[in-house]
Amino acid sequence: MKKNGSDIVVLGAGPAGSAAAVEASALGLYVTLFDENPVAGGQVYRQSPGIRSTASSQEQVQGDALGAALTASTVDKCFEHRVWQVERLQSGFAVHAVGPEGPVVREARALIVASGATERQFPIAGWERQGVLSLAGATVLIKSQRMLPGRNVVVAGSGPLLMVVAAAIIEGGGTVAAVIDANPRRAWWADMGALASRPDLLARGAGWIRTLVAHRVPMLFSHVLRRIDGNPAVSRVEAVPIGAGGAPLPDAQALSIQCDSVCTGFGLLPSTDVTRLVGAAHIFDAVRDTWQVKIDADQRCSLAHLYACGDGTGVAGAAAAPWQGRVAALAAAHDLGILSLGVAVEKMRPARRQRDIAARFGMAMARLANVRPNMVEGITDATVVCLCEGITRATLDAAIDLGCVTQNDLRSATRCGMGPCGGRLCEDVTSRLIAARTGLSRQVIGQPTGRPPLRPVDLNTLAGTFDYDSLPMAQPSPL
Amino acid sequence: MTGSLRIEAQVQRGPRARFTYDDRPVDAYEGESVAAALWANGVGHATDCAGQWPSSDMPDRGPPWRVLFCMMGVCQQCVVVIDGIHVEACRVLVRAGLDVRSV
Repeated sequence: MKKNGSDIVVLGAGPAGSAAAVEASALGLYVTLFDENPVAGGQVYRQSPGIRSTASSQEQVQGDALGAALTASTVDKCFEHRVWQVERLQSGFAVHAVGPEGPVVREARALIVASGATERQFPIAGWERQGVLSLAGATVLIKSQRMLPGRNVVVAGSGPLLMVVAAAIIEGGGTVAAVIDANPRRAWWADMGALASRPDLLARGAGWIRTLVAHRVPMLFSHVLRRIDGNPAVSRVEAVPIGAGGAPLPDAQALSIQCDSVCTGFGLLPSTDVTRLVGAAHIFDAVRDTWQVKIDADQRCSLAHLYACGDGTGVAGAAAAPWQGRVAALAAAHDLGILSLGVAVEKMRPARRQRDIAARFGMAMARLANVRPNMVEGITDATVVCLCEGITRATLDAAIDLGCVTQNDLRSATRCGMGPCGGRLCEDVTSRLIAARTGLSRQVIGQPTGRPPLRPVDLNTLAGTFDYDSLPMAQPSPL
Repeated sequence: MTGSLRIEAQVQRGPRARFTYDDRPVDAYEGESVAAALWANGVGHATDCAGQWPSSDMPDRGPPWRVLFCMMGVCQQCVVVIDGIHVEACRVLVRAGLDVRSV
């Protein structure tokens, strides 16, 4: 097992983590960067090594620039390494990963967490069927694999990603049966002030809408999917209108739409699994309606020598991420004693300013994807909430009635969130279900306890090869 | 849906590569993820999420039947067995001769 010491370990090679690693290494620190993907870029600039899109896109240009900066740096790059455990030591942290050559442990004086976000899912009756995929998964399929999610696709959920995916399906030669946004059309106008701060991105958004309009794609606002039918693959969905609070309207007429695929997602959730695991403080952001790690103005967490940047600190988008990463690296360099306070503050000032400008736009985009407060009322008793363990809303409600008021309670009582995904697909909605049934706030309900492994790992690989005869065995005691 | 899900415009794919899924041949390109290649070939399978499926709530329903969902190594719905190890099909790149098995 490889064991080595670094000044700083950075987790995640997306735009935030890569910028943090490059900045810290430029200051002379020995930096190790872990990512489970084969190349840098995270989800936003995700590329597949063997497949090259010949269309030049903004993402590809920015992703290539990020990769080039990393390549030119002295950062010790550990791609294809899956981090499964992070320990707090007396001074610093130990990061455990599994890479192509087996298990690796890397100790560091400081840890910068840039583990990004996962997509928020909201259960729909029948969403376990073949042909249903996440909206973010659809972007990976289209952008990095150059493959369509279906020939005739329903794109449903909330937020700007709906338009991105729908337009990309059409540009790729597919048909979009309908775009279904849970939020009202006016939500877009409400955030126009912040959106107008990035006219370049606003113009791209207008381009997606033009594509959808030109192809006469039905766009339903204030609608959600009530059910997904098909056996075993998707063949039809039912959409229903919802009220301003998100609850289904009584006596509303359901719309039946034929399709062969459904892409669904409701914005992004900051990944807090690493920071929960090491015991950092978290806060509930009422505006973005998500839990995120608590940071100060310089990206410091509540534990000494722990920093966080990128969407894990609250979804702010890819433009803000590198500035957050740079500030985190400067704060760490100062705390490790290689940068005086004066120099650190001087270097941080422009980065902090750029970060805050970019974050305003990113936060407005994040708000457009929020789940409406009463949407849980539309989840039927028979709908599967936990896909891993096959647990329905009825089972969860029964457990809540018996006294479950936290996600840990639900885990013990029903195994909801205890399957291979570790609760990442259902923990947002289970806390909404508890809130709806008990009246407790999501702040009080909290997050589940963070536990290793952060991602599933093969136990044989972790154990490595060994000879049974070499294991120390106690002598059997005499009779 | 077989084959036709690959977007033809503005893309350079790797060389063709054939692998097997439960001993059935699957045609794909190097650089594609196993999950995407199975998807393009219309393959579905029950996921590794044994749990309570089919639970007492839903005696008529088996586990989720599909080959992909999140495409970024989180959801575990695409897990297959390659070289005796459970692994997310969305994180493994296609190589000729790969022996992929359903869980």
